[in-house]
Amino acid sequence: MSAAPAPALALAAGARPGRWLHNRVLALLLASGLAAALGGAFLTLAPNRLVTGQGVALAGLLVGGWRWLLAPAALLVLAVFLPAQHRTQAAVALAASTLLAGLVALAGTEATRLLAGAAPAAAPLARVSLGSSFWVLATLTWLAASDALQRLHLGRAAQALAQAAIWLPVAVLLYSGALDSLSLLQEHANRQDVFQAAGWRHLQIVASALLTALFIGLPLGIAAARHAQLSRRLLAGLTLIQTVPSIALFGLLIAPLAWLGAAWPASGIAGIGLLPAVIALALYALLPIVHGTLAGLQQVPASVIDAATGMGLTPRQRFWQVQVPLALPLLLSAVRLSTVQMVGMAVVAALIGAGGYGALVFQGLLSSALDLVLLGVLPVVALALLVDAGFKLLGAVLPGAGRLGAGLPDESPGPGR
Amino acid sequence: MIELRAVHKAFGAAPALQGVSLTINPGEFIALIGPSGSGKSTLLRLMNRLVEPDRGQILLHGQDIRLTQVDALRRRMGYVIQAGGLFPHWTVARNIGTVPALLGWPAARTQARVDELLALLGLDAATYSGRYPHQLSGGQQQRVGVARALAADPDMLLMDEPFGALDPVSRAALQQEMARIHRASGKTIVLVTHDIDEALRLASRVLLLDGGRIQQHGPPADLLAQPATPWVAQFLGGSEIGLRQLALQSVAQILRPGEPASGAPISATASQRDALALCLARQVDRLPVADDQGRPLGAVRFADLLRRAPGAGL
Repeated sequence: MSAAPAPALALAAGARPGRWLHNRVLALLLASGLAAALGGAFLTLAPNRLVTGQGVALAGLLVGGWRWLLAPAALLVLAVFLPAQHRTQAAVALAASTLLAGLVALAGTEATRLLAGAAPAAAPLARVSLGSSFWVLATLTWLAASDALQRLHLGRAAQALAQAAIWLPVAVLLYSGALDSLSLLQEHANRQDVFQAAGWRHLQIVASALLTALFIGLPLGIAAARHAQLSRRLLAGLTLIQTVPSIALFGLLIAPLAWLGAAWPASGIAGIGLLPAVIALALYALLPIVHGTLAGLQQVPASVIDAATGMGLTPRQRFWQVQVPLALPLLLSAVRLSTVQMVGMAVVAALIGAGGYGALVFQGLLSSALDLVLLGVLPVVALALLVDAGFKLLGAVLPGAGRLGAGLPDESPGPGR
Repeated sequence: MIELRAVHKAFGAAPALQGVSLTINPGEFIALIGPSGSGKSTLLRLMNRLVEPDRGQILLHGQDIRLTQVDALRRRMGYVIQAGGLFPHWTVARNIGTVPALLGWPAARTQARVDELLALLGLDAATYSGRYPHQLSGGQQQRVGVARALAADPDMLLMDEPFGALDPVSRAALQQEMARIHRASGKTIVLVTHDIDEALRLASRVLLLDGGRIQQHGPPADLLAQPATPWVAQFLGGSEIGLRQLALQSVAQILRPGEPASGAPISATASQRDALALCLARQVDRLPVADDQGRPLGAVRFADLLRRAPGAGL
């Protein structure tokens, strides 16, 4: 009896997840994925685009050759129990991205089959939409692949390339027409011109606002770095702008701009449309940009400035050769964040007639057409991710970037947990 | 070479320098020491106009430094600060080439000079040229900082607590390098330090500042032998003054040639302080002395250390 506690303890220690569960993140993702696969609908079939359809579960679709999709899934399950080696992580990334592409292909193929099998009378109007189970699984497989890439400790450029590789099969499926039976793509087909124009308009809004904010924010940030008093007041004022909800700010700009337009008709200024959207977004971007410039300049070590001055760099040389390059990484990350923020916020600008993807979103919301909303939202998400990746890549190729040692926070994760 | 005439400087209400006059001759190695806030850094920074005096005049080669364009003046003086102040986004080579680039040297000449300086400071050019400062140890960073200050071959080197952040081993090694560079190049060096031993070891003349005034200046041995005031004596180490005097003198000065002694020999170039410490540690009154190649030269006696200590051998 006296020996009993020892084996019990050993058992408890052996049961600690760390011993045999080598990748807890992946385990969590897989458990959620299983729940989603069994729970919600993978696709929904509806008689028309406005009514709620009938769900089709994933289990019912995994027949014939599609059963092979279980192979990468099984590999992922296996990887949970394998020690974290580079080979394992690479296999996880590959399996997860294969699974993602497979799920998308399955959705496209099954949508075509479901439409063909629908009652002939309903066929022209019938719609197959992606169900909750698809969205959750697609997200989880992408997260699993991204997590594995993170654990591989790739450089920023390699990381970006790997992300592109994950999405490449999905893009190929999209452009090959294999997904055209999905309601989302039918909405796209019906509004091809509008969709394309909305994309250009969205980019136009974001780019104009970003350039305006940089044009005003950079000099303000530099001035703030030189005058402490100015910096306090400026940041207080800009913070105030941030507290105004975006819809309210758009609204607030309507009156003065409409008045300007009326007083000066030749200018083409109007209370609604592109201009108030650009102004409002630029105002929001000012705080991060001014703050990023200020913080970037302030974190240049005083000893480095002192050395530069003492060695005879003129103030102009000191600014351009020392302060600017050392401030750039922080500034760039501020610009990245505010641009991503603007990509999202530009959706709301559709409410004041600025156009962009937001126009599709609000049109969809007003007509209860969920797939039309998605048609507006998905490219915004994609654009935000692209902008984020693009700026990160720019930061990685910047001369001297990533060579500042511990002086700057590095976004690369620590060793795998 | 450089002359300060009745220089006053105050930061707000706090006086930093109160009527300092000083002439530094070419080839001197001056150490400025004093407690924090004594004005030693301000004094240094006046010389390359990082600080402008409120009153008084500073002459370089007889000409008021305010008449020289400030950047040109600074490029003629090497400047070294604590932890190097290296530009973190530039390689070692580009850091060292800073002033040559400002002066418009051709790339080949700069490159040759960088290699020469890296060799002078004991860093392999092929290995270190392309590295970034954060890839170097503290001692290596400081070596690059010194090399950078020497790059355009200035007549004068201003060093503001250059070795303050280093570990004792790197510090001692760099002090030796500085002594060697000073001997070999004959440059005028002004060094601010709070390390009394560093000042005594390196300087040809020590300036002791307190409250914005020069309290005493002179060769290290003179200061130790004749402190002008009780405060100076206290600052120089009180009871440790004797040890510091021994540290300035070499074993060779009290060598008894040919005299036998047992035990491991001490080098003739070692300081008498080391000899004293060794006598105490071994509990002996006699140490064998050898030259750098290990050939026996004679012996040193404990009693000689005591006899020669007070102001002797000056």
